[in-house]
Amino acid sequence: MRHALSIEPTPTSRQHFADDPAAEPAPYLQISDLWKTYGDFVALRDISLSIARGEFVCFLGPSGCGKTTLLRAIAGLDLQTQGTILQDGRNISTLPASSRDYGIVFQSYALFPNLTIEQNIAFGLENTGRSKAGVASRVAELLEMVGLSAHGKKYPAQLSGGQQQRIALARAIAISPGLLLLDEPLSALDAKVRVHLRHEIKALQRKLGVTTIMVTHDQEEALAMADRIVVMNHGVIEQVGSPTEIYRHPETLFVADFIGETNQFPARVLGDGEVEIGHSAFCCSTEEFSAGHAATAVVRPVDIIPHGADAHAANAIDRPATPQNLIDAEVQEMEFLGMFWRTRLTAPRLGERTLVADFSVNAVRRLRIETGGAIQVEIPRDRLLLYPRGA
Amino acid sequence: MNMVLEAPHLPPIGKRLRQEASRDDRIKLGFMAVIGLYLVVALGAPLFVMLSKSLSTYRFELSAFEFQVSDEAGANWGAIVNAADLNRQLEALTEAELPSSSDGRLAVTKFFPDFKFRSPVHYRIRGTTDDAAFLVGSALEKGTEWREYDSGTFRRVVLRPARTLGVENFTTYFATPALAQSIYNSVLMAVISTAFTISIAFALAYGLTRSCMPLKALFRGILAIPILVPSLLPGIALVYLFGNQGIFRDWLLGYSIYGPIGIVIGSIFFTLPHAFLIILTALSVADARHYEAAASLKASKWRTFTTVTVPGARFGIVSAAFVVFTLVITDFGLPKVIGGQYGMLAVDIYKQVIGQQNFEMGAVVSVILLVPAVLAFYVDRHMQKRQVALLSARAVPYQPKPNARMDGLCFAFACLVSLFILGMIAMCQIAAVVKFWPYDLTLTAKNFAFDLMDGGGWAAYGNSIRLALLTALFGSIVVFAGAYMVEKADGFRLGRGVFHFLAMMPMAVPGMVLGLAYIFFFNNPANPLHPIYGTMTILVVSTVTHFYTVAHLTALTALKQMDPEFESVAASLKQPFHRLFFRVTVPVCLPAILNIAIYLFVNAMTTVSAVVFLYSTDTKLASVAVLNMDDAGDIAPAAAMGMMIFYTNVAAKLVHALIARGLLARTQAWR
Repeated sequence: MRHALSIEPTPTSRQHFADDPAAEPAPYLQISDLWKTYGDFVALRDISLSIARGEFVCFLGPSGCGKTTLLRAIAGLDLQTQGTILQDGRNISTLPASSRDYGIVFQSYALFPNLTIEQNIAFGLENTGRSKAGVASRVAELLEMVGLSAHGKKYPAQLSGGQQQRIALARAIAISPGLLLLDEPLSALDAKVRVHLRHEIKALQRKLGVTTIMVTHDQEEALAMADRIVVMNHGVIEQVGSPTEIYRHPETLFVADFIGETNQFPARVLGDGEVEIGHSAFCCSTEEFSAGHAATAVVRPVDIIPHGADAHAANAIDRPATPQNLIDAEVQEMEFLGMFWRTRLTAPRLGERTLVADFSVNAVRRLRIETGGAIQVEIPRDRLLLYPRGA
Repeated sequence: MNMVLEAPHLPPIGKRLRQEASRDDRIKLGFMAVIGLYLVVALGAPLFVMLSKSLSTYRFELSAFEFQVSDEAGANWGAIVNAADLNRQLEALTEAELPSSSDGRLAVTKFFPDFKFRSPVHYRIRGTTDDAAFLVGSALEKGTEWREYDSGTFRRVVLRPARTLGVENFTTYFATPALAQSIYNSVLMAVISTAFTISIAFALAYGLTRSCMPLKALFRGILAIPILVPSLLPGIALVYLFGNQGIFRDWLLGYSIYGPIGIVIGSIFFTLPHAFLIILTALSVADARHYEAAASLKASKWRTFTTVTVPGARFGIVSAAFVVFTLVITDFGLPKVIGGQYGMLAVDIYKQVIGQQNFEMGAVVSVILLVPAVLAFYVDRHMQKRQVALLSARAVPYQPKPNARMDGLCFAFACLVSLFILGMIAMCQIAAVVKFWPYDLTLTAKNFAFDLMDGGGWAAYGNSIRLALLTALFGSIVVFAGAYMVEKADGFRLGRGVFHFLAMMPMAVPGMVLGLAYIFFFNNPANPLHPIYGTMTILVVSTVTHFYTVAHLTALTALKQMDPEFESVAASLKQPFHRLFFRVTVPVCLPAILNIAIYLFVNAMTTVSAVVFLYSTDTKLASVAVLNMDDAGDIAPAAAMGMMIFYTNVAAKLVHALIARGLLARTQAWR
């Protein structure tokens, strides 16, 4: 039986869709088995990834995780050690950067300081067989698109950071590339400009429909902009998914911890649907785990539900969904963060560890939560996530 | 997540991918190869040849030759005799006469006391080894075949010495007290001059950065003057001031200016600008917050000085000290003019080569001179790296507060040093335009009638201008293109590393050494580049190479300030690199390129050391004319020619400032 299995081709999703081409079109960009090593250091480890036409994908991860290296491999700026890259069915693995089809925007803007804004945008349009008038009208169109028509004759140094980055974007899309690469484009900007520009880039990308890859270390940026997020760490892809998938169902402890905030507790799986944290048992999904397995239990501060002093009281407004996960706690500290309160709770059931929980301003007022007060909180069954210990 | 754990830890063994070369890559590679080749030919190969020369010794190996003599009839041959045996019998040559040089020749008739060149006797000669060589007239013969000559021809047969590799030349050098003494002298002079120069330069730089003394810009200008004149000029000024006819001769209390005193004073003069600029830069980066912290801790002025000011500038001070040390120990012009009988290494090379035609010994002195220069170079590079690290901190610029006593003291000192510099120049200026200093002070132009004197006349001045212009033009192009390849070409990491190393090397190679190496390399008829020997080309090549490093570093600094992603952007926009280069890189770096050009121009006008070995009758130079006229006793015309160089450099600086302003207004509007 084993033998028979081993010689049978493994069914893959690609083969599955091959039967029905209409179900899923061939990916626009396909990266397979990509490695990048510097001496003994492995920067990218066996990366495989498909990106669909028109998709906005973010490479997200801490610095040094390999996200920029992967982007530069796609751009042909730093050749990968091994692996293939197909763009629109063409093998571009070893092509020089100038033979590939993409526009790129860097964190530093990389605008040519001695050329005017118009000359910067026109840089890639000249020498391409376009007439002077054709170039000029295309430049005007692009300036219009990024809302900087009035600044065409200025030099980059005369513009603000956000304006410069928009010019860099206009220059990159001027040649109508099939692929737009953004290398931390917003990291050098002020917080407010960043939020504003992030909407503009997203709107522009949607309007042009250009396949876009953006590298960022800012999870909020990735969640807000991407159709799909590729979370990377130590040169490997930890998870690929939509923003909500990544946030709601992190596949690894790293992803859970990197995106959003977490409470982490050492835990032991007791049996089907039960896990021991501190001194008592909680309900949660224990698929993939067998009894006795050591694990790390994770719950986000925002997922913790406050129930006032006595949730079982007859006058309680909302009754707990899983009574077993309801714990008595004492509020040690409260920190007002504007849109919500961050509290630190201690609970005998959890042992020594504190539990961080975020409560809405409304809930704090309604339930009269205060420092030193007693409170009951529920850790929802489906929001208590388990990961193998040490992973 | 399980996928992660199972991912392999090493890539499957297979071929590493190689990027397909674009047209740009191939062009860049070609460029780099050309400029790399230039540096190999203009620097690496000559130095290598010189090193091998210094290790070569030549000696007549008599046992390598055999003779046979016929009877009067010229038919019956006598016994075969070895030259060594003959010499033993006849004692024609002593053991001390056997060592020779690469040009050594030994007439064979010495071994035949009864030789008569009209006799009918025939002679045969052959070598016992394949390498044994002898000349018949100017035709070279080699090998173990018998060759037969009549007595008329045999008279013209000379033996050539055999070459062996070894350190014998060095042994000879150190066994010659007068030569070995030069090492001590040179080091002593360099150490004393360095101590004086650094102290003065530090005091000046301190005054300019830490006090509110007036006329700072003027003092800066005056302190740059010595760079514009050849190092011979302070020597000539000192001769006029303190020499045998000097008006201040008595000030020396009976000591002679010709020797250590003159060398030290002159060295301070011409090294001061270099030390001053380095220390000024080091002091300029001081952080005001350190001073505020010191003041808030109630530290005394002196304590603040020793714990904040000096440590902050220590890398600059050490770096400046090594620069000055190298300049003094490798300078040739000044000790030549003012050194008298005081032996210095750089002058020894000149004397050995020009005076005694002993090229091997010249090479030995060159190698010895390379040691302190290379050492100083490495320490300096190391220090510079540390200094950069210091600079990167976010400092608040220090603003000095007025302090009447302190400011007055600094001002007085700056005046004193300015007086010293201006006095030297003024002395040369006066000497150049009066009839006979100090006895007849009538104004005259006769000292400028260079054509009436040895040294090359006005043609030499014209040649110097030509050399300076060509050096500035080609040097700027080669240096900037080379630096661009080092900094901006990606890939070819090994090639770029080698190239950068070659570009840094000239700084460690004294001009005399470079010039001598050029003789060895280019004055070899077997070298295909031999035709450039004795032309303007070799002067331009040697001057560009001699001053390559500073120019290279200037270009590199400018290029490093450019965003490293410009090349990536241009590639993504499918634009060839040369379009980016000419539209963006060159315009943005234009100020640096102009600085390189003026640096090369000024130095080409003043340099003596490398070119003194390389000029020919058609390519005499102004700076060399100063040397030769001084040597011939025409000191006033020498001063006049020195002043011509000074005027030219001042004019060049003005033109540079004008061009810079005009061009920059057009190309640097964005700044």
